[in-house]
Amino acid sequence: MRKRSAVASLIVIALAAATIGPVHAEESAVVLKDAPGRDTVQANCLACHSADYIVMNSPFLDGKGWRASVTKMINVMGAPITAADAEEIIRYLTANYGVTPRP
Amino acid sequence: MIARRQVIAAGIGSLAAAFATRVRAGVPPELGQQPPNLPEGARTSAELVRIDGKLPLIKRTYRPPNFETPLKYFAEPITRNDAFFVRYHAAAIPEVNAGDWRLTVAGDGASAQASFSLAELQQRFTQVDVTAVCLCSGNRRGMFEPHVPGIQWGPGAMGNARWSGVRLRDVLNAVGVRKEALEVSFDGADSALLTGPDFVKSIPLWKALEADALIAFGMNGEPLPHWNGFPARLVVPGWTATYWVKHLARIDVLTQPSASFWMRTGYRIPANRFPVTERFVSQEAGGTTPITEIAVSSLIVEPADGMRLAAGRGLEVRGIAWDGGAGIARVEYSLDGGATWRRADLGADFGRFSFRPWKIGLSPRERGPLALQVRATNRLGVSQPEELIRNPAGYHHNIIQRIVIEVV
Repeated sequence: MRKRSAVASLIVIALAAATIGPVHAEESAVVLKDAPGRDTVQANCLACHSADYIVMNSPFLDGKGWRASVTKMINVMGAPITAADAEEIIRYLTANYGVTPRP
Repeated sequence: MIARRQVIAAGIGSLAAAFATRVRAGVPPELGQQPPNLPEGARTSAELVRIDGKLPLIKRTYRPPNFETPLKYFAEPITRNDAFFVRYHAAAIPEVNAGDWRLTVAGDGASAQASFSLAELQQRFTQVDVTAVCLCSGNRRGMFEPHVPGIQWGPGAMGNARWSGVRLRDVLNAVGVRKEALEVSFDGADSALLTGPDFVKSIPLWKALEADALIAFGMNGEPLPHWNGFPARLVVPGWTATYWVKHLARIDVLTQPSASFWMRTGYRIPANRFPVTERFVSQEAGGTTPITEIAVSSLIVEPADGMRLAAGRGLEVRGIAWDGGAGIARVEYSLDGGATWRRADLGADFGRFSFRPWKIGLSPRERGPLALQVRATNRLGVSQPEELIRNPAGYHHNIIQRIVIEVV
């Protein structure tokens, strides 16, 4: 099941991170929307912070806003994200957690 | 580290079923009282969660941990330790052993380098107390319109405590401050999980030498809780909590401005747009300045927005007011959209850096919605503004609060 595998991968990340610092077990209950690009987001973003950072900051950023956030994570916070992954992450965030288009 | 956690309730629809530990109990009042203008995602991702040593708090983010104090705890002017908000930039937060802990004082602006144990600091220097508000620069960020990214706090990223410790200036003077010294910088034991700039903050030397700036070990008569900086944190009364470095490990006296990311880039506001009286000149650059003192503000704690009240019945409205250390001169309320203002009654005074409780007695007779606005004014004559002063990072939200009471 898609949802279960996502949770499982979160737990793997959590266990990997546990050797470095404390991780809250319950954070893996925060599940991101199942859509193309989610695996890339989980693999890149959740090593350093919980997924609620994304949900909490929605839905008010547009593509430009999410690009600025991802760029900050790479350039300022030092997230080792490839250019291709960054584009996929921005697409996923904009499509799933971006500002709701007004009719 | 926080294995003994209890998720109290979740109202998160599709997420709620994922884990058996999550108890569905409807929306608890602590979450129901969140400001309605928070981003939708901030409301749906908020949960009432218990972390070690704390009552259930409003979870904004798990990692790094950011937990907000529910509104009801501000009914008391001193915020209890187990309800005090938790805010971290870094996810690697060590459990510090007080016996092993040492504080290093060094830097090119210090005459010498020194290291102190907890016992040495407590025995050698005069112990003092100060009651002061610790308020996140981004408190109420979630209420910015339009929204700005960051932790989407409601009004509870703050607390007021009686802090006990030793004067920072006594420690600095014991080590020796060179005449070229300009700033004093602070580093805590927490660090980023994988990458990212270390959370290092500086304050001007003049601020570090003020009598109220403390290296604090105690909070409301108890040791600092782990989540609030055990065993020692900086207390800079009047200035926002970004400077109140937790798990304090190292102090550097500097002859040059700190180059920390969290000074040069983070926690900055447009210069000259806020009624700021305390400047941080050595860090001013490019039309921006580090945030300094807390803006004058107030909070209605009771009743809840939208409460129903029978016409002719008495109602006591209660709340708190605070500022950056001038002290609260008056709190006023308006029932006519700001045309006329009347005084609220001020309560006990715990000092100029503390929350100041206030109350208002009302007994509205006319049925219908009654809009209540409350504004505080400090002893410099600065009042809360009607309109938000927008800034990219969402700091200093202190606009006049308005609630509606339904008189029926």
